[in-house]
Amino acid sequence: MPIIQIDGQEHEVDTGQNILQACLSLGLDLPYFCWHPSMGSVGACRQCAVVQYQHAEDEHGRIVMACMTPVTEGALFSLTGDKAQRFREGIVEALMLNHPHDCPVCAEGGECHLQDMTVMVGHRDRKYRGKKNTHHNQYLGPLIHHEMNRCITCYRCTRYYNDYAGGTDLAAMAAHDHIYFGRHEEGVLESEFAGNLVEVCPTGVFTDKPLVHEYTRKWDLQSAPSICTSCAVGCNTSPGERYGKLKRIHNRFNADVNGYFLCDRGRFGANFVNSVNNLNYPGSRTEDGRFNALDQQQALLKMAEACDTNNIAGIGSPRASVEANYLLRTLVGADNFAPGFSDVEQPLVELALTIQQSSSAMIADIKNIESADAILILGEDVTNTAPRIALALRQSVRNKAYELAADLGLESWQDSAIRTLAQNQRSPLFIATVGDSRLDDVAEERFNLAPDDIARLGFAVAANIAGEANLGSDDELQQKAKNIAKALKNAKRPLIISGTSCGNSALMESAAQVTQALCNADKQPLPLLSMIVAEANSLGQAMLISDNAVSLSDLTARACAGALETLVVLENDLYRRGKEKDINELLENITNVIVIDGLDNRTLSASSLALPAANFAESEGTLVSMEGRAQRHYPVYLPNAQRRASWHWLLACLKQMGRDEVTEIECFDDITQACATQNSSLSGITTAAPNHQFRNIGVKIPRQTHRYSGRTAMRADISVHEPKQPVDKETPLAFSMEGLNRSQPGSLLPFVWAPGWNSNQSLHKFQSEVGGQLKLKGGTAGTRLLQATDNSNNIALFESPAAFKALKGQWQMVPRHKIYGSDELSVHSPAIAKLVRPAFVEINASDAKKLGVNDGDGVDLNDNKGDKLTTLEVSINDSIATGCVGYSVGFIATENLLAGESLVLSKAENWSPSESQQAVSSGVSDV
Amino acid sequence: MNVSIPTLLSDTEITEIDAEVAHLPTPAAAAIDALKIVQEHRGWVSDGSIKAIAKHLNMSAAELDGIATFYSMIFRKPVGNKVILLCDSISCWIKDCDGLQKKITQQLGIKAGETTADNEYTLIPVTCLGACDKAPVLMVGDDLHENIDEKYLQALFSNRPVEDE
Repeated sequence: MPIIQIDGQEHEVDTGQNILQACLSLGLDLPYFCWHPSMGSVGACRQCAVVQYQHAEDEHGRIVMACMTPVTEGALFSLTGDKAQRFREGIVEALMLNHPHDCPVCAEGGECHLQDMTVMVGHRDRKYRGKKNTHHNQYLGPLIHHEMNRCITCYRCTRYYNDYAGGTDLAAMAAHDHIYFGRHEEGVLESEFAGNLVEVCPTGVFTDKPLVHEYTRKWDLQSAPSICTSCAVGCNTSPGERYGKLKRIHNRFNADVNGYFLCDRGRFGANFVNSVNNLNYPGSRTEDGRFNALDQQQALLKMAEACDTNNIAGIGSPRASVEANYLLRTLVGADNFAPGFSDVEQPLVELALTIQQSSSAMIADIKNIESADAILILGEDVTNTAPRIALALRQSVRNKAYELAADLGLESWQDSAIRTLAQNQRSPLFIATVGDSRLDDVAEERFNLAPDDIARLGFAVAANIAGEANLGSDDELQQKAKNIAKALKNAKRPLIISGTSCGNSALMESAAQVTQALCNADKQPLPLLSMIVAEANSLGQAMLISDNAVSLSDLTARACAGALETLVVLENDLYRRGKEKDINELLENITNVIVIDGLDNRTLSASSLALPAANFAESEGTLVSMEGRAQRHYPVYLPNAQRRASWHWLLACLKQMGRDEVTEIECFDDITQACATQNSSLSGITTAAPNHQFRNIGVKIPRQTHRYSGRTAMRADISVHEPKQPVDKETPLAFSMEGLNRSQPGSLLPFVWAPGWNSNQSLHKFQSEVGGQLKLKGGTAGTRLLQATDNSNNIALFESPAAFKALKGQWQMVPRHKIYGSDELSVHSPAIAKLVRPAFVEINASDAKKLGVNDGDGVDLNDNKGDKLTTLEVSINDSIATGCVGYSVGFIATENLLAGESLVLSKAENWSPSESQQAVSSGVSDV
Repeated sequence: MNVSIPTLLSDTEITEIDAEVAHLPTPAAAAIDALKIVQEHRGWVSDGSIKAIAKHLNMSAAELDGIATFYSMIFRKPVGNKVILLCDSISCWIKDCDGLQKKITQQLGIKAGETTADNEYTLIPVTCLGACDKAPVLMVGDDLHENIDEKYLQALFSNRPVEDE
């Protein structure tokens, strides 16, 4: 490793770095703006100037930009040299010419990189007394607030939005001192990753709009390490709370999961926790159908009484924690526990788990995905089913560019040079989906096929890689398969992505087959496999039930036979899991329906006893992500009113009943331990994060910043006496400002801050470079429960399905997931609700002609008995495979539809789109 | 939900743009030429034209607008039949271009960036016209005028009534 000299000190630095990276890794404070660890260097802002000397006798040296200067053996630099310092101060002064100094009213104030850098360079007195340029701010949608006057033209926004995230509707306009970053005309930013602009922008041009409207400064926020619950990727987040309300979600760095970025559903979709529809008190239904509020103890006694029967069953939830599900399973017994998936989804999630457990391929985390140089997606519209993965895929197709750069000896951080070099050359990405997807613009080829045909394509690819003649496939399919197989075989690190979202097992099996064929070709490093499941703990749920799985319909059958007296439903709206009539049948045939949930829904309304569950921001829990990573989230604040964590209700009930299984269980960690002991696939969950006894240098980790203010004032309208801070017995975190937030394990980092670095850029103080990758010094959060296993002999070989042929007069229903709308909880966040389009069916033009419908018409969906299931708006989309109908899955209007079923469609007469077509009706006005 | 944007380009414009596209590796590479062609025909480039050109060249409107607004000679607002480009760079400044600008304002009744009521002239100061040895200079439409003085200006716009101000 080269040794360089900085201000007379010798430092050993990593090869391939630039001087800015080297300085930051060494812990030196060197100001910068335009550089970003994920986006490399362009040398636009001139802020990271240092003096470089030619040799030891060189007394003058010359100014170089640290971010554009590679480390070389023996190079001599000065950060503190007068020349460099004056230069850097001058740059800030120049950047500040048009800056409005409106920090007191700016949402970035207190966590602003521009503030930090201005202080760091020592620039204090403005000499400029002229007029400042002012700009018109654009409406950029409900998520992002635009305040262009604050811009310092570092270009990070367009580099992130266009170059990194593949957006096309934000650009740098004009030139020199009237540069403008915005859209061609006002409107909602199109990218699903626009929210990251809030963190990417070094000042307050792009800020978090929901936060701006209910503002709290960073130093007044209380935070805890958390996990995003809006899909199965398991992005690490840092939610901030004040006044008992969730204010915002910031990214929490995890090198292997989300890196520096989140999707907008994750960032803005968590505000459902502030919903007015939260259940705050337990309630029992009275004779007249209304609910009477109970206190916690009364509710508990009622629950324990109802559960004291053998005719009991429980329905868990893939959006609830492993611990809560485990306790429910303990309460009702494994034979009476359904995991809470729909009948269609349950075998698919189990299949996803089996495939990943038995595959000899590497189960890909996001870092792996970004390293893939040939990708085949079978069935998933990744941007809508696991959004953060789509952002990673946009980076993997750039591996071709890095390859070209390496040939020329260009360092990987030479961003602009590499983009110019590669132009439109990309690593191959093949997408086989039912219709168009948001990654089509970077795909080498896309195939829009019916799910069974996607599977056939997959099997043909597998056969081709294995060198077998694939029988029964047509020539066209063979040719396509041949091309894909060739690209995958030639790649250094091929990646296969599939998942449960199409509701089709054959295409998942075909993905397993392709991966296995690649593994059999002895590829090193191992080929990559990624199986996308739907919810935050879907995979954990499959692991929990791996020895004994009961389905929803099993329970319905038992209920109808009169064999069920009590049903406990955990954080699950059953009406999203099956047809209305089936769910009604289940619930109506059971006397005691106990529902534990946080947000009002139909299942909760149908209960006889409702218990208010704390949401993810109010409780602790372990979730298993789609890559099998167990991660823990912690309460950011204590539950309001009488809400309690689901595990708390269940544990208290078990204790009340005097059950033996819980005599040893005293706290949350004991549940995790018990679950790990009893379930071998989940044995790793105890190591997902340190237990509640962990202390950092003798004290708990503070959730509040050391500048946290107004603890008395903020409840002065109630009492001027400051109450004692709540005590947290369950976790290693404290509701306090006292303690150190510096060197703890990565899973316990509530927020980032370092002296002189108030913005999120302080993250680099918590990172160190490991093997060319930035990782948290405290270690990467979470524990992988799935490892690549070399057991290729036990791999079941799957059969290719027959070609898809639509039944006469019927259409196959294929789910079309929407990032805004398909997820149950995020649509209750007002900002996200504004982005949800009405429920729809998508159909191609020739099929629409057959049906006699046009864009905007209504269509009735009937089952083959002629019963009408729902009526939806038609959207013509020529990419939809013939014979298939895409429907907006997860919307209230489509709850009655099942993935893969064949339905009869007919034009709806007198159709007009109604309020019920919205995913949720939101009473919040636009701003 | 692709809203179809009516192509506002005329057949002639499309023919001319396509001729440029024909000898370039990607359609987007013809962006500047396309903007010039449209401006040639219409005098300026409207928001609608930006959308139409962008669609024709298979690029986003934002990207094209970034290019259009970068170049000061692509006019994104309507201009008069002739654009007066008055150089205010160093040589012309020494030779009192400021005085000339005042004179033009007096004569035509327009300040920098404005257009005469009859839509004949728009005055735009420009950084350099590359004729410093003949300063001060200005351009009216496609014609360069050198060594300008008040008398010259008087004659140049003599066909117009003097506006009082």
